[in-house]
Formats: sequence, structure tokens, C-alpha cells
Amino acid sequence: MWLTIFLFLLPGLVLFTLLVLLPILIAGYLSFFRWNGLGGLPEPGSDRFIGLENFQRLLSDELFLGDIRRMLIIVVLSLVIQLPMSLGLALLLNQKMRGRAIYRTIFFAPYVLSEVITGVLFTMVFSPEHGLVNSVLSAIGLEGAAAEWLADPDTVLYSVFAVITWKYFGFHMILYLAGRQGIPNELLEAAAIDGANAWRQFWHVTLPLLGPTIRMSVFLSIIGTIQLFDLVWVLTRGGPVHASETMAVTMYIFGFERRQFGYASAISVAMFLISLVFALAYQRWVMRRDTEGAITTMRDQR
Amino acid sequence: MSTASHARPAGPRTRKRVRSLVLHATAITLGSFIVVPIVYGVLGGFKDTGQLSNNPFGLPDPWRFQNYAEILQSSFFWRPLFNSTFIAIATALLVVAVSAMAAFIFARFAFRGRELLFTLFAAGLMFPFAVAILPLFVLLRMTGLLDNPLGVILPQAAFGMPMTIIILRTFFRSIPREVEEAATLDGCSAFGFFWRILLPMARPAIATVTVIAIVTSWNNFFLPLVVFNDVDLWTIPLGVQQFRGQYTEDTARVLAYVVLAMVPALAFYAVAERQLIGGLTAGATKG
Repeated sequence: MWLTIFLFLLPGLVLFTLLVLLPILIAGYLSFFRWNGLGGLPEPGSDRFIGLENFQRLLSDELFLGDIRRMLIIVVLSLVIQLPMSLGLALLLNQKMRGRAIYRTIFFAPYVLSEVITGVLFTMVFSPEHGLVNSVLSAIGLEGAAAEWLADPDTVLYSVFAVITWKYFGFHMILYLAGRQGIPNELLEAAAIDGANAWRQFWHVTLPLLGPTIRMSVFLSIIGTIQLFDLVWVLTRGGPVHASETMAVTMYIFGFERRQFGYASAISVAMFLISLVFALAYQRWVMRRDTEGAITTMRDQR
Repeated sequence: MSTASHARPAGPRTRKRVRSLVLHATAITLGSFIVVPIVYGVLGGFKDTGQLSNNPFGLPDPWRFQNYAEILQSSFFWRPLFNSTFIAIATALLVVAVSAMAAFIFARFAFRGRELLFTLFAAGLMFPFAVAILPLFVLLRMTGLLDNPLGVILPQAAFGMPMTIIILRTFFRSIPREVEEAATLDGCSAFGFFWRILLPMARPAIATVTVIAIVTSWNNFFLPLVVFNDVDLWTIPLGVQQFRGQYTEDTARVLAYVVLAMVPALAFYAVAERQLIGGLTAGATKG
């Protein structure tokens, strides 16, 4: 039996160890060095070893601190605007209506387009001269609202957020829709008989029962925001004047354009630690009840 | 609720109709936010730059087929299309094969350390891919896998494993023990049971994880960006980005390229919508 277990697990374990776990260790190792990426890996005893200097630099780097601030802004915007919108839409599409399947297909469609395609399309949509948004605004007599969108440091982050929402709200809507369909309608009917109006049914029955789905969707949204790269790279390359830069973009620029592999590795490590701390804290404090449920059902099946 | 009909004798039918009207109005308004940028792209591809600035959202006048036609005749479109397809299929085959084997062990064998190992794989879901980009680049360069399709296929498969294992393990568990016992009594080895009974029974789950792997690989940009220097290896996202850089002034041509690049993904979505949505919701609710 042990032979079977070993042989079946071996390929996956090798692949996973070499290409998921090992890179994280390499990033940790490189983050202690000053290295331009040429030649083999720097050796521990060499003069390239600089201890924690990269991390000290990181913590006083306005750019990196700005990345964190922008990440938090997008997280807050997602939690306050994007996810509630997805939830509302899911409840809307849960009602009996003609063409429901078509609406669902359309809302989810942007999810299958790559971030690059979405990004290039939206550079045209947001183009200041003859982009779609400004043309529409002037056509309906709102020339004053026309803006530079992606070219203006004051609006760029919100424009990027709008594109993120365009691409991902359908995904969260699908999650909520699946969660909602797992709630028996009898519960809502019982609440209605007890005199609860639509709002109270939503607040006291639907929302609490959607808890696990909402917690999962929030988790996925935040993990996605921490590593945001493709969309920003294509839309703005982090500009103008770093106003839309993310940690992954900063890492790419320092690593692959300025050839500061050590410093870029330190940014990778920071991204890793931020997601790790977030994931552990979230599992511990927010999803605790959900995983407890999962673990007990796992035990039942044993 | 009869008081509501006091002012005007509106029956339940009228109320229902108003309600459905509001529902549709909301859905159509939101739907148009999705559809309008895409339609703008499709129509824009039929215009020239002058038309795009004078007449941004009307129908093209005259229709120019040149942009689409020229792209469809150039290897600059077909080459990335072929590369993306090849890499997506290879990634899917690899990740499904190794994950199915691991999920089989995690689902049907009891041994010390199983949950620990499984948790290690499942924890991979929390590692942002972006964290690994730079060290992967260093690693792939040391092993000579830069400018080699394997340099993208292998890491993609490795990072796809957590989700695939979680979904497959759940499904493998749902297959009753009796099936396995009967197979063993008939002289079936562990591998025979896995290959001839479990996998065929798990076809819907296999289809789901395959579709997810294909879509994820198809849309990957960051890894191919650092691995492929050679234009002949570029995938669709790299092609789109490069084409945009090359024809900055010719917006209509770029729109045509973007629209054509969307077609395979949307066509695949049309075919595999059920598997994709089913898999994503299952992965998110069970992970």
C-alpha cells in the first residue's frame, strides 16, 4: 500500500515542491542580497550579502508604502461597491424572469476574457481624445464630466477599479447565485408568513445564510487585489507618476527592468507575507466557523 | 395588500408585469455596461482612425473590412493562437493527470500525515502567483527552460494543482466504497481501479477541472511575459500587448486585433459555460 501511495503522490509532489515551494524559498534567499541577476545565484559569504538592508529600504520606500495604500483603497472599494453590487444582482437573477440564463451568461462573459484583452479594450474606452466614455458624456451634454481617466493621477485608480469591476463582478455574482440557490425557499416563505417584509427576509435570513459564500468571495477578491498585475500593466504600467502602481508592478520594474533582483525579491517576500498573514488571520478569525463545519463533515466521511 | 389596489384597480397581473419590467430594466441597464464596450470594439474594428474620432459609436460608414482581413492573413495572429492552444492543452493534461493521482490517494487511502500533506497542497491556493514570478525566472534560467514552452507549462500546472486536487478529491470521495470493494474482489489493482473505474466515473469532474485549467492558462500573461523572449513562442496575451505597442496610432486596427483575440475565449465559454461555472463555484465553496 505504501508503494502505491508513494508512486501516485510522487509526480504531483515533485512538481509542486520544485515550482511552488522552492521559488518561495529562492525569493526569501535572494532578498538578503544585492544582485543584478547576472551569473549564478550569489553565495552566502560574498560581499553581495547585505542582510536585512533590502527590507529596511522597502519599509522607507514611498513607492512601496504607496503600493500598500493603493491596495487598501482597491480592497475597500471592492468591499463597498463591487461585492454588494454582485450580491444585489445575484438576488435579482435568482427571481423567476424570462431570459435569466442569457443575462447570467452576459454578466459572466468578461471573466473569461484575459486581463490583457480587457485592458487594451479599456485603454480605448477611456482614451481622452476619442474614447467611448468621453464621447458618450459629450453626446448626453455632460462635457464637463469628461476627464483624462487613465492619464490623470487623481482619477486613474478609480478608472482601474472600474475595469476590475467590469471584469470580475460577474464572477462574484455567480458565487452568490450558487450560494443563494443552496438556501431552501421554505425558510424565506416561513419568514414571510411570520410577517417579515422583503428587506427583513434579506437581512435576517438570506444574508446570514449566505455567510460562507460571502466570506469566500471577500477572500478571493482580496487575494486577487494583493497580486494585481496584468490589468494595471496593460492599462497604465503603474502610471502616471506611480498613481496606479501595485506591489507586483513595482516588483516587475525593479526586477526585470532595473535588474535589482535582491530588492525585487524583497518585494516578492513582502507580498508573500502579506497574503500569508491575511490568509491565516482570515481563516482564524473570519472563516473559523466555515472550516469547522468542513472539518467535521470530513471526519464523518472517514 | 388589497389597499394598494385602492387607487386604481390593478390586479395581481399588472403588479406582476410592473415587477418584471423593473427587473428587466435593471438587468438590461447593467448588461449594457458589459456589452457596449465589446460592441464598441467590434464596430471600431470596421472603422478607420478618422471615423473613430468623428463617429465613435455609430455604425461604420463605410464598413472597412481591411483591418480584420489583414490580421486574419498574418501569422502575427495565427502563431500566438497556435501557441496559446498548445500550451493550454498541455497544461491541462499535465495538471489533471498529476492532480487526479494525488486526489485519488487523498480521497481513498488512510495513512499518517495525509491531512498534513493535503493541507500543504491546499495552502497553495493562498500563494499569489505573482510572488513566484521572479524566483521562477531565476530557476527556469538555471535549468535552461527560458524560451521553452515547458517553462510556462510546468509552473502553470504546478500552480493549478491546489484547486484541481480539492475539486477532484471531493468528487472521488462521493463514489461509494462498495464500488471499490467489488473491483478489488474481481482482482482489480489500485491502479486498475483508478484508471478503469474511478476516472471514467469522474468524467464530469475531470471535464470541469480541465476547462478551468484551459481558461487559466489561456489568460495567463505574467509568466509568458518573463519566460518568452522569442516572438515565435508568444501567446495571445503577449501578441495583443505587442500589437498595441506597434500600432499605437492606429486604434481601429488594434481594436480589430483585440476583438479577434476575444473570439476563441468567448467561443470556448459558449461551449463550456456549465463546466466552468460549476467548477468555479464548487472550488470556491468547498475550498
